[in-house]
Amino acid sequence: MAFTFHGGLHTYDGKELSKDKPITVLAPKGDMVYPMSQHIGAPAVPVVARGDKVLAGQKIAEANGAVSACVISSVSGEVRAIEPRMTASGTESLSIVVENDNEYRTIEGLGEKRDYRSLSADQIRSVIKEAGIVGMGGAGFPTHVKLTPKDDGAIDYVIVNASECEPYLTSDYRIMIEYPKLLVEGLRIEMSLFPNAKGIIAIEDNKKDAAEALIALTRQDPDIEVKLLKTKYPQGAERQLIYAATGRKIHSAMLPADAGCIVNNVDSVVAIYYAVAESTPLFRRIITVTGDAVVNPQNFWVRTGTSYTCLAEAAGGFRSKPEKLISGGPMMGQALFTLDIPVTKTSSALLAFTKDEVSRYEEGPCIRCGRCVSVCPGRIVPQKMMEAAERSDYEQFVRLNGMECCECGCCTYVCPAKRRLTQAFRQMRRSILDSRKKK
Amino acid sequence: MDLFHVSASPHTRDTVTTGRIMADVAIALIPASAFGVYYFGLNALVVLCVSMLTCVLTEYLYERLMKKAHTPYECSALVTGLLLGMNLPAGVPLWIPVIGGVFAILVVKQLYGGLGHNFMNPALAARCFLLICFAGRMTDFEVTGLAASGASSDTANLILNGAAGIDGISGATPLAVLKAGGSPELFDMFFGYTGGTIGETSALMLLIGAAYLLIRRVISIRIPLTYILTVVIFALCFGGRGFDGAYLLGQVLGGGLLLGAFFMATDYVTSPITPAGQIVFGALLGIFTGIFRIFGGSAEGVSYAIIFCNLLVPLIEKATMPAAFGVRRRRKG
Repeated sequence: MAFTFHGGLHTYDGKELSKDKPITVLAPKGDMVYPMSQHIGAPAVPVVARGDKVLAGQKIAEANGAVSACVISSVSGEVRAIEPRMTASGTESLSIVVENDNEYRTIEGLGEKRDYRSLSADQIRSVIKEAGIVGMGGAGFPTHVKLTPKDDGAIDYVIVNASECEPYLTSDYRIMIEYPKLLVEGLRIEMSLFPNAKGIIAIEDNKKDAAEALIALTRQDPDIEVKLLKTKYPQGAERQLIYAATGRKIHSAMLPADAGCIVNNVDSVVAIYYAVAESTPLFRRIITVTGDAVVNPQNFWVRTGTSYTCLAEAAGGFRSKPEKLISGGPMMGQALFTLDIPVTKTSSALLAFTKDEVSRYEEGPCIRCGRCVSVCPGRIVPQKMMEAAERSDYEQFVRLNGMECCECGCCTYVCPAKRRLTQAFRQMRRSILDSRKKK
Repeated sequence: MDLFHVSASPHTRDTVTTGRIMADVAIALIPASAFGVYYFGLNALVVLCVSMLTCVLTEYLYERLMKKAHTPYECSALVTGLLLGMNLPAGVPLWIPVIGGVFAILVVKQLYGGLGHNFMNPALAARCFLLICFAGRMTDFEVTGLAASGASSDTANLILNGAAGIDGISGATPLAVLKAGGSPELFDMFFGYTGGTIGETSALMLLIGAAYLLIRRVISIRIPLTYILTVVIFALCFGGRGFDGAYLLGQVLGGGLLLGAFFMATDYVTSPITPAGQIVFGALLGIFTGIFRIFGGSAEGVSYAIIFCNLLVPLIEKATMPAAFGVRRRRKG
């Protein structure tokens, strides 16, 4: 029996387009752009100036405060500008622009092997911090903060989120098929920080071949378990994943560590491996470029800072002009109005569709069918939250546990009246969070 | 300029639309209506058509007059019309479905804000309105067509005539027979060879339609199942006949319970949206139906029970809000 959670849904997942395409290295073209906000928390602060020469692997911006992450250059070259640039979220962020000299000279010692067992927990955490690692599943929470709970001994499970439940995305799957050892090693490094922790690799049961490879690798290790979860969106949502993997429940204001869990995405765990075992900070990621408008859907190893335009070109360009471009998956990704934006640590995919499915539909009145209630993984009542949102009734929205919404989009997906519930909830939640901050 | 489309996530949608759901409900009602026409004759067809036409036309004219978006494509008015027609005796004069249709769409639905905002099932509210205004015509089950010729089933004829002899109304429903102390002809009730409104007589055809809705996941089993079970339990406890299988089955098959439970109590707009609330709703429906049927003046109770419980929906929902994932119930205050 597969482990799962309440609610959720299964949609056409489109993974067959790119799941069998091996990861290939993408050579960047043009200037590299490194936004200072590639993570949750305070933006990083540039430590280079215009005209400076930088090397691949060099820190070009420093973390600013406790919850923040540094930024690493992925190429060698010259800093051309430090200025606001457009990002995938549709807003501008202060960015360091580096002119790539195409020599890819690296900092000294990059790639040097070392044994994590010879390092103390504090040393490992500082290496991870200096490598600029953040949650690469999309949220971008700084990993060193996540790996520093109040009490190391209280952590019972270190979980790898290998569910990749978003439709179309295959980058994590390719990592598990091609580099399962790196993932397992990364997990072992994480587990070494927590004396009482067992490792769980939580993977959806539509990726059986990847699971088998991981099981084969961990057979000798009684502390690591590969757990097959039911294939269902949003299996990879952190709270749902923890519940499916361990039976523990947390609400939105709690951290996984409060339930004795640490959860990291596949690519982040690989980044931990590279940082700790091969002295390589985070300046690359695996990206899926796919969708029906893409000529050759595939998976790329990409240096951060590379323009999305390069991604599209490397995948053979577009069959016809796409109507819709998405950074990330179709359920939670960002629609793009331009490809002139950089790959960041949290970019998981570029999707291009010839038709915009959403624009076909007009919103109709709610018929209270209850589909939103039955799919909501948060066990809240989107229909009532929508009524509150339409009246801008913040108090009622909070009373209805609206802040528990994880914006997974399930309610909007199933709504037969095509109401834009998630959009309204996102606005409500932002306003409420903003007003709380002001207090 | 040719721009990319930008919108908030999610960027994909299920293909199910309001219109398709309503069309599914209409499709699911076809077997029972078709049987009604077959059994009660062409009169029944005319009543159904007039009822549907009135509802769709009323909605169209109102929306036109009020300069609102036209919604006939959503088929909601069509379903209301069909349900209303199915809840009428085949022999009613045609101004009855016209008045009923206008009342259902104009008063119950549109004046309260249109689709999604009515607090009572429009078809049932209209039926009850008609029952109160034109009690005689609405309970005149004098039959025409096959039913009258007796060609279909001798027993059906026997019940009709026999029952008429017992309590003096012209043409009787099986429930009236039950109430008068008779025993039901279960086979006739199952297939539909009994007196009643156009759409309520054939349990078989209603169950076929219900199965379609369940398979298409248009409705969940929660409300109909708890409703029907509660009626059975209530009849068992208070029916005065103890564990009389035929009597209990008669309660289930007769009086439009199946039509009400599967097609009208499950009306999205007027039933609770919370899963626990749907169970409570079903149980309350069963209790009220039992009270109306056994202790009330009439043998029927489904329509009144449903529109009464429609009014309780906001309260039921308030009491049955689910506990959010990972959140313990908040303290009151």
